[in-house]
Amino acid sequence: MYKEKLKFVIVGHVDHGKSTLIGRLFFDTNSLPAEKIAEIEKISKELGRDVEFAFMMDHLQEERDQGITIDTAQAFFHTDKRDYVIIDAPGHVEFTKNMITGASQAEAAVLIVDVAEGVREQTRRHAYLLSMLGIKQIAVVINKMDRVKFSKQRFEEVTDDVLKFCDSIGIKPMQILPISAKEGDNVATRSSHMDWHAGATFLEMLDKFTVPSKPADKPMRFPIQDVYKIGDKRILVGRVESGTICRGQDVVFLPSASRSKIQSIEQFMKPPLKSASAGESIGVTLENSLFVERGQIACAADSQPQITDSFKASLFWMSRQPMTADEKLLIKCATQEIAIKGCKIHRRIDSSSLEIIEEEAAELRNNEIAELTITTKAPIVVERFYDFPELGRFVAVRGHDIVAGGIITP
Amino acid sequence: MNILDELESKSIYVIREAYAQFKKLALLWSIGKDSTTLLWLARKAFFGKLPFPLLHIDTSYKFPEIYDFRDKYSKEFGLRLIISQNEEALAAGMGPEASDKLACCNALKTQALKMTIAREKFEALLLGIRRDEHGIRAKERYFSPRDSEFKWNYKDQPPELWDQFKSSADDQTHLRVHPLLHWTEIDIWRYIQRENIPVCPLYFAKNGKRYRSIGCHTCCGPIDSQADTIDKIVEELETTTTAERAGRAQDKESAYTMQKLRALGYM
Repeated sequence: MYKEKLKFVIVGHVDHGKSTLIGRLFFDTNSLPAEKIAEIEKISKELGRDVEFAFMMDHLQEERDQGITIDTAQAFFHTDKRDYVIIDAPGHVEFTKNMITGASQAEAAVLIVDVAEGVREQTRRHAYLLSMLGIKQIAVVINKMDRVKFSKQRFEEVTDDVLKFCDSIGIKPMQILPISAKEGDNVATRSSHMDWHAGATFLEMLDKFTVPSKPADKPMRFPIQDVYKIGDKRILVGRVESGTICRGQDVVFLPSASRSKIQSIEQFMKPPLKSASAGESIGVTLENSLFVERGQIACAADSQPQITDSFKASLFWMSRQPMTADEKLLIKCATQEIAIKGCKIHRRIDSSSLEIIEEEAAELRNNEIAELTITTKAPIVVERFYDFPELGRFVAVRGHDIVAGGIITP
Repeated sequence: MNILDELESKSIYVIREAYAQFKKLALLWSIGKDSTTLLWLARKAFFGKLPFPLLHIDTSYKFPEIYDFRDKYSKEFGLRLIISQNEEALAAGMGPEASDKLACCNALKTQALKMTIAREKFEALLLGIRRDEHGIRAKERYFSPRDSEFKWNYKDQPPELWDQFKSSADDQTHLRVHPLLHWTEIDIWRYIQRENIPVCPLYFAKNGKRYRSIGCHTCCGPIDSQADTIDKIVEELETTTTAERAGRAQDKESAYTMQKLRALGYM
């Protein structure tokens, strides 16, 4: 049997040590090929520095020369318990969209804070974005403990600040850990400098995360991705986003509300399936010859989502060119693509301080959050994000570019 | 669902997204294990009826085993296969000995690909690259645009979240779509093992040597290995500490060769 796989992201302010922590973890657990170590040592030397663990993730020449992370990257790593995918996210504010790209793929997150600097602008912004992305498992590491002589008092002060901020955005960190990524304290092995801390090492902490289960027990939702004509069959393809779809099941297609029954769940070169659950990419045929197209959502007939042309949402804007309230953006939610008629921006919020910049605003700028009401040109099938993330989250598209991520709020 | 089911499901989702958006699509088949796995997944996604062609960029320096494998399975799977060469450069004597490796890769792979995309008017290409292969590939997106100069703007990549991907714009030649981005080398072999996917014989050890990564015979070196079956390869990879592409010359010339190659449009 294969081990389970958990994807986690490391986020936090610029230079608080995200890439260094990952590099250190790989070095101390002998997870790096010899030639990779040689390469990192060579480049570090060429740049006249000590061995830079961060180069393991920071692979672009620009990243290494400047000592920053520009883009998100992923690395693979394992403990006895399971396999890990580590997602590194850039700390600079101008690369926030890359941080979101990385973090949106994570099942757990580590928020790293430099003990000397404490909570900073990007610490808060990243923490907020984790909550918006719906990441529930969050651990905090207080890094660079060597810089404060492993002071318990300083650790507690920073921990207090972090917890206060997390509390204000509804995040409850599972664990808090003092480390020095550069020196290796409490990363793979327990530090001898912090006897006052009884907690785990970073490695042990990771193993305490759990792999979230797929929402197989929720009402069935199957967004149609495409319709293929294979031989004399019309096969509706897509991924079951929640619940379980079964042969013979009564389904309703939304928003059209047309009804049918699942005739078969098809597989290539294998016999048809009796059922398929959340997470599975499948193809189905129907008992009647209903017209179905991409963007419709097949739902369990006895439990249907909301159909609306107006809903409340929180939106994170990630384009240098601001959004205007009357702008004709496109929304993509699961496989639905619906044009926006207009928005009412109730509040513009600073994504770091979470202070309200303006009420009843006409525009929204880069890295700002809006609480808004969106009106669409056509009906859209939605759910509240906190109940049903798969149909409660969307992106906004301008021209050909994704310019915002949003979640549907009550 | 186990790990392999999850990997498979995500890849099939990405492949179907690519086809939903682009009808002028092709699958870049290098005949290696990754793009052959990608082909397998695409056959599953479309229930055996691939609605787009495969594209083989032939440098003319490939191993004979690669050509044999290509011809055998393109026939057996009933595939539409486009084979492309940069004939002009080959006629002028381009090769790994005639120039440095960066120039050779660029002429015989990237340029050949460029010409084919222009001729066939492809809007998007499916490629079997993975994040764990190389630090540069770790930074890729599932849908990755290339501009009219064919360049990859790695400093300003589009955001990608919740399986919502970039669509193409007018100033782009094509999009690269990477359905295997989240797989690792051992995932690929475990999947080949489970699905019984045919792979090129170069991967299996003969006289104590096997290829872990295949391409041109001029620039690929074998590794020491006794693994002559898929089971033994999986076993070997569970304990190895060498990198997959350690035998690939183009990764080695300088630390940033791969970055430069990819920025210019290399796969």
